Amino acid sequence: MTKAKVYHDGAVSGARRAVDAVMTVLLAALCIVWIYPVFLILINSLKAETAISTTSVFELPTAASFVGLGNYIYGITKLNFLSSFCYSLIITVTSVVLILLCCSMCGWYITRVPGIFSQAMYLLCVFSMVVPFQMVMFTLSKTADSLRLNTPFNIAIIYLGFGAGLAVFMFTGFMKSVPIAVEEAAMIDGCNALQIFFRIVFPILKPTMISTAILETMWVWNDYLLPTLVLDIKKYRTIPMAIQYFRGSYGKVEMGPMMACIMITVLPIIIMYLFCQKYIIEGVIAGAVKG
Amino acid sequence: MEKAIKKYWPVFLLPTFAAFVIGFIWPFLWGIYLSFHKFVTVSKTTFVGLDNYFSVFSDPTFVSAFWFTAKFTIVSTILINVLAFALALMLTRGLKGTNVFRTVFFLPNLIGGIVLGYIWQILLNGILTNLGLPLLALDAKYGFWGLIILMCWQQIGYMMIIYIAGLQNVPGDLIEAASIDGATSMQTLFKVKLPMVMPSVTICTFLTLTNSFKLFDQNLSLTGGEPAKASQMLALNIYDTIFSRSGAQWKGIGQAKAVIFFLLVVAIALVQLYFTRRKEVQQ
Repeated sequence: MTKAKVYHDGAVSGARRAVDAVMTVLLAALCIVWIYPVFLILINSLKAETAISTTSVFELPTAASFVGLGNYIYGITKLNFLSSFCYSLIITVTSVVLILLCCSMCGWYITRVPGIFSQAMYLLCVFSMVVPFQMVMFTLSKTADSLRLNTPFNIAIIYLGFGAGLAVFMFTGFMKSVPIAVEEAAMIDGCNALQIFFRIVFPILKPTMISTAILETMWVWNDYLLPTLVLDIKKYRTIPMAIQYFRGSYGKVEMGPMMACIMITVLPIIIMYLFCQKYIIEGVIAGAVKG
Repeated sequence: MEKAIKKYWPVFLLPTFAAFVIGFIWPFLWGIYLSFHKFVTVSKTTFVGLDNYFSVFSDPTFVSAFWFTAKFTIVSTILINVLAFALALMLTRGLKGTNVFRTVFFLPNLIGGIVLGYIWQILLNGILTNLGLPLLALDAKYGFWGLIILMCWQQIGYMMIIYIAGLQNVPGDLIEAASIDGATSMQTLFKVKLPMVMPSVTICTFLTLTNSFKLFDQNLSLTGGEPAKASQMLALNIYDTIFSRSGAQWKGIGQAKAVIFFLLVVAIALVQLYFTRRKEVQQ
């Protein structure tokens, strides 16, 4: 890009500067439009329940309608939103850790021990990435029930099963480019397979681990249908389930607390994103290039 | 080396394989089996051959959901890819504030589908009411465009990131050579940059096609299929058929719909990959 500029003469680069300025203004305006939906929820989450209606949704809270953090406190205490947050956290952490550990081991095995079984496993993983969840949702929920895999503490096994495809695919993709020499040297020095994996291969896999962790976290944290079908909704509610429950339950929807809960859901994501932006964007690119 | 690792297969392979059987292979095969049966509980099934499949095509909700989904997928795939590519072009010019723009545009992608749906429901219903128009849940036309807007908001940033990565990999000397040969910026775009980023186009169209076609959460939360199932997409229609409709035949029909849905997704993926892969150039 920069090299190309050399061949423009003065007049053209002047025109280009004008175009650039227009574009910057345009993009800045678009950015405001882009954040506006979240901002709208924020201002409404600070209004009193009676002041929220579809006609006045765009108005800023006034002295009369401002209730501070009232909706937030109500949402957290009365609607047990904090427990939903914890369930979501437990499920996401256990699932992602399990997926990373098991699938990295599986991916290494598949690349280092070629054979019919490894090949079949790899193809099945690729195949599973195309299959829509609706295809298996009914039978999967029955299977999970009969195996008692229906609490937030062991649902990770289901996530490992359904999420294995992408993870194994990412790890084998990376392992194929790693030369085998170091591992062979370690073997000659007397390491067994487990020692080779955890001391030598595991550290090499770190960049792929981060990318895979980000992709799987984005999926598990936001997943609605799988936990709804597998978990008992009366006992355990993840965040997406809790938000949907606001609408699904009978009676009038309490818009204020609902918007407060949306904000409680969205804010940690935004903060996390601002801190780990580099990794998240790299993870997305890595996942896309392999997929 | 191979033999030494092979000894440890129960440690390396078995956990993933066992979970894979529980979470994918068994439900998948069982799902195909059930699609040929009539059942209310899975312990008592009667074989009905292809009856479920015939019933699917005489179910008007499935047919209307199919056309709704097809229209939605085409419109959203084109819009998202064109807009994302345009944004990526602007963000690779070295403008001031590029990083801020990129950060903001990508943000909605991290918010889950259910939450996104409610955010937009509040916003769009507010706009519609103030314009004196019916709410989202009362008119499928607004439901359709609401879903399109939502989908664009969520996916453009993601696709933009992939296009930016593709554009940054276009060698500078190629563009330089084009400009020495007197190519206008439009010619450089269509004759040099676009062919060079075809791999990114393949990935992005694949992702947007399948994401739009399989859309569920956003559909459930934004419109819930209202009014009277007119804004129901295929995934929601299958869910509704299996879990919400009363009548002994519906679970089997729903499972048959799921199998058809799966075959459609595979077909779309294969056809799309075949056509765009042909257009890619070797670097």
